[in-house]
Amino acid sequence: MKLPTFPGGIHPLDNKATTATKALVNCSLPNELIVPMLQHIGAPAACCVTVGQQVAKGEQIGTAVGPVSVPIHAPTSGEVIAIEPRLHPVGRPLPAVVIRPDGDERWHKGLQGYDPDSLNPDELRQLLQQAGIVGLGGATFPTHIKLSPPPDRRIDTLIINGVECEPYLTGDHRLMLEEGSKIVDGILILRQILGVNQVILAIENNKPDAIDAMRKLCLKTPIEVQPLPVKYPQGAEKQLIEAITGRQVPSGKLPMDCGAVVQNVGTAAAVSTAVRQGRPLIERITTVTGTGVRNPQNLRAVIGTPLSHLIEQCGGFSDDPGKIILGGPMMGNSQISLEVPVIRGTSGLLVLRHQDVSIKKPGPCIRCGQCVKVCPIHLQPTVIALCARLGLIERADSYNALDCIECGCCTYQCPATLPLVQSIREIKGAIMEHKRKH
Amino acid sequence: MDKALYISSSPHIHSGVTTDKIMRLVIYALLPAVAVAVIFFGLPALKVLLICTLGCVACEALCCKLMKQPVSIGDGSAALTGILLALNLPPSSPWWMALLGAAIAIIIGKMIFGGLGYNPFNPALVARVVLLISFPIQMTSWTAPAPLSMGFDALSSATPLGEMKSAVMLTGQLPEMATSGFDRYFYGLMAGSLGEVSALVLLLGGLFLIFKRVITWHIPVSFIGSVIVMAGIFWLIDPTRYPSPLFHLLTGGLMLGVFFMATDMVTSPITARGMLIFGCGCGLLTVLIRLFGGYPEGVSFAILLMNAATPLIDRYTRAEIYGDHHHDRGGLQ
Repeated sequence: MKLPTFPGGIHPLDNKATTATKALVNCSLPNELIVPMLQHIGAPAACCVTVGQQVAKGEQIGTAVGPVSVPIHAPTSGEVIAIEPRLHPVGRPLPAVVIRPDGDERWHKGLQGYDPDSLNPDELRQLLQQAGIVGLGGATFPTHIKLSPPPDRRIDTLIINGVECEPYLTGDHRLMLEEGSKIVDGILILRQILGVNQVILAIENNKPDAIDAMRKLCLKTPIEVQPLPVKYPQGAEKQLIEAITGRQVPSGKLPMDCGAVVQNVGTAAAVSTAVRQGRPLIERITTVTGTGVRNPQNLRAVIGTPLSHLIEQCGGFSDDPGKIILGGPMMGNSQISLEVPVIRGTSGLLVLRHQDVSIKKPGPCIRCGQCVKVCPIHLQPTVIALCARLGLIERADSYNALDCIECGCCTYQCPATLPLVQSIREIKGAIMEHKRKH
Repeated sequence: MDKALYISSSPHIHSGVTTDKIMRLVIYALLPAVAVAVIFFGLPALKVLLICTLGCVACEALCCKLMKQPVSIGDGSAALTGILLALNLPPSSPWWMALLGAAIAIIIGKMIFGGLGYNPFNPALVARVVLLISFPIQMTSWTAPAPLSMGFDALSSATPLGEMKSAVMLTGQLPEMATSGFDRYFYGLMAGSLGEVSALVLLLGGLFLIFKRVITWHIPVSFIGSVIVMAGIFWLIDPTRYPSPLFHLLTGGLMLGVFFMATDMVTSPITARGMLIFGCGCGLLTVLIRLFGGYPEGVSFAILLMNAATPLIDRYTRAEIYGDHHHDRGGLQ
């Protein structure tokens, strides 16, 4: 049978073999944890502790500001030694609480688990917000918002994203193999909140062991496991919805506008932990990998662990690092320093050696049409990028630049090595600015 | 951490297929045709190939120097233009005409517009057409192919299309050569430009490019398809006056045009639908010019005319934006 997918996309080397067979390892506590107040899409949390205060593991150190926001919790017990801007994965210093762990791992007293059946959807949503649950696929959108469709939107499909289409990353893969039952429990809670019948767990074909394991666990549940062909960006929200339901999310709208909600497998596991044990989101799985790491691993690290500590845990650098990327190679951010902490969206730490970083001077567009062919949104990336270079904001908008999902397929494929998606990103900012003004 | 870290925005990896690799692959795909040309027409063909290729590379280097730009001959596109131009010239072309063609292709066809990627017309075809109009005698003096004869004592001969056209004009009837014996055209035993002789090797080269994903099927299929349909209609109307579609496919520059000239990325549309329209236009114009135009061969004119239409085609073939309409194409449900 032909597996469902989406049009466009690319087939980069997945480079997952290095870590796909390595079991999850708990990362040790560093000497100091840097916990930024912004770890999600939406308003940053407001710090609610003071320097010198003793905090317990799981205690709130930042409170949610407004509806599209989640609180931040202390990842371990210890003393707050500073509240100051620290270098954030976005590339500039942002407010953070710095904690010196005391090593006791003393849990906060007020944390309490519930039987999900005893709670109604609203109580569950609130519980998830208080636990700081956000999308762990990398976008970190607050989960309770995604689970609160307006009454006029009928949600009929819950899609669980176990695709992990970014090359190198294997955290979700290992999680499905090692903690599948927790994922299933989380999925059932999500299903209960949304009140949907159809639940589909999508996994890319390059993880047959995870497909088998999850199929076994889902046997007596309403969850259907759906293998998908290996293609980037198969795990992007819109592309995943199209592959599974055949529906396209309307331009400028949200997945819920076509009846679907997508949640990542890691998020599902975090939901289970938050509800059953009352434990907030204070750790995540991150794949430390790449040619520049001596001993690549899938680490379970607490939020706030500096990257330098992750590298140490993996045997240090194998050679001079050329590029340090948080996330995968297609959509991750390159970092200027190892003092940046792991945050809720840190799905991987990829280190490329100097010799692996190829810097090519972009040539002229030869109009080969490759970018058009691979664009999953049916854009003409080279035309939009040209508008960007010429500063033609309105023209770029007329070519639907705002619909770009920034997956990077165009730049990956461009034979002239033009920075297409980078130019489109810039002009998107300019278009939004322009629209605000007019 | 002795050396500084590279910082750039995502993506951080690349497919590795770069412009120069694409140009190299197209040149490889042309090598069988080049070999056939040298075997069939001997040293004169080799001479034309060398003059055109070296001439194009030299002209581009010179232009870059004059324009104070980095020398761009490393991308291989100038060499490719030179080979394509040579394949579009008669084997008996004088050296000065080949060199002039190279200069026209690179200077007027390409560098004047800003170099690779900016030329609206296929440079090799621009040069061919300029030469054809300026030097009609030299551009239509053909020699019969004589495999392995080294090109000495070449016999002059007419191209199948030329012979067909003059016979139809004189007698109103197709000559015998336009109704039977097509296998020799398929292998290339006919007079013509260097690259017009063997449909077989050009087809192989074209399939190699499609297999390597350098070009897509859209332009070749729509070009050939529309030639078959258009030529077929006239053939059905009057098979004694109009040759069969197969004759059209195997003779003249059609295969070279279909796989190597019309598919030139710079001068053809970038969308799949646009490529289909482009290919159809090329096919229709080719047959119309061949049957009713003043010249026996119409491939170059057809492609150049469609090159001119490319910006327009691109404008009107933008794909429907993702999620513009509520699609329901089945999927799993």
